Amino acid sequence: MAAMSSPLVFDRPLLRRRLARAAALGPADFLLERVAEDVGDRLLAVKRDFPRALDLGSATDAVARVLARHPGIETVIRAAPRAAGPGFPTVIADEEALPFAQGALDLIVSGLSLQHVNDLPGALTQVRRALKPDGLFLGALIGGSSLGELREVFAIAESETTGGLSPRVAPFADVRDMGALLQRAGFALPVTDVDRVVVRYASPFTLFADLRRMGAANALTERRRVPLRRATVLRAAELYGERFADTDGKVRATFEIVWLSGWAPHESQQKPLRPGSARMRLADALGTTEVKAAGEPPAKP
Amino acid sequence: MTQPQRPGHEVDPKLLEILVCPLTKAPLSYDRARQELISRAAKLAFPIRDGIPIMLADEARRLTETELNG
Repeated sequence: MAAMSSPLVFDRPLLRRRLARAAALGPADFLLERVAEDVGDRLLAVKRDFPRALDLGSATDAVARVLARHPGIETVIRAAPRAAGPGFPTVIADEEALPFAQGALDLIVSGLSLQHVNDLPGALTQVRRALKPDGLFLGALIGGSSLGELREVFAIAESETTGGLSPRVAPFADVRDMGALLQRAGFALPVTDVDRVVVRYASPFTLFADLRRMGAANALTERRRVPLRRATVLRAAELYGERFADTDGKVRATFEIVWLSGWAPHESQQKPLRPGSARMRLADALGTTEVKAAGEPPAKP
Repeated sequence: MTQPQRPGHEVDPKLLEILVCPLTKAPLSYDRARQELISRAAKLAFPIRDGIPIMLADEARRLTETELNG
């Protein structure tokens, strides 16, 4: 491949249209509500004030409402792909091109939007730049093992009915990559963890409807430009029922919420010492005598 | 904490303080009459609709040569 740039996975303008449709349908926002509640708990554990906080990219104002209740937060700003009603100063923005000045914010919280970003390291770097030194980033995104059931049944149904495969469920980021990504983006003290949520649906069709209401329908650039065949959907639903139903007939869908946090670097934070900067011998600290390996020069007195 | 939408749909001054051009990160100038945020560096004018700045390159207006030289 001669091209140096990585391929665009997500069609961002299409994604904005999907979110508009989701809002018109009445959004299914139970995952975001859960994330918002968690944001409240996680911030309580941090004994800090964050005068200027940003809710980045959430589809509803659930996260912004939680931030507004935090005693150490004075101003809550929303930056989102679409407005979610009055109440908060809002700017329409794309996570891939953040419009915030360097060091403008004390806290940035992202609620379930970064899984749709093409250039996650780039977006995280922009987030870090927009934070004041010692500012906090807290993000939740949909992780790699989400909707495994759906992926499995669509792969089978589609190869049965059309003899081919097309990407129907977005590739999600793997949690194991996330800590490294945070570090690469310049965050200090990066932490990641996973919240696995199993949702039970009356039928696969209610799951499909919910995904549409989450604005989570396929927004892949490489998606097939032909509509999904009815036969494929019916077969996928049938397989879903066969493989992932509980005894009461309800079907399970697994969502993985990956949590990321990191701090914009500041001199007050703990850091590893420079190699060679030790003031004391390890042997003394351990109360033992140093034994040199063979061939090594003797220690200087 | 929660403020009602500002009368006349003016853009919130708290936003104006911290917004920069999303592409170049250069400062913006506020054209109050046209309700636009101007990025000379990117040669783009970002619209403000109902007090909400639309900081998307594909929604922005290209600045004309006259505007750039003016």
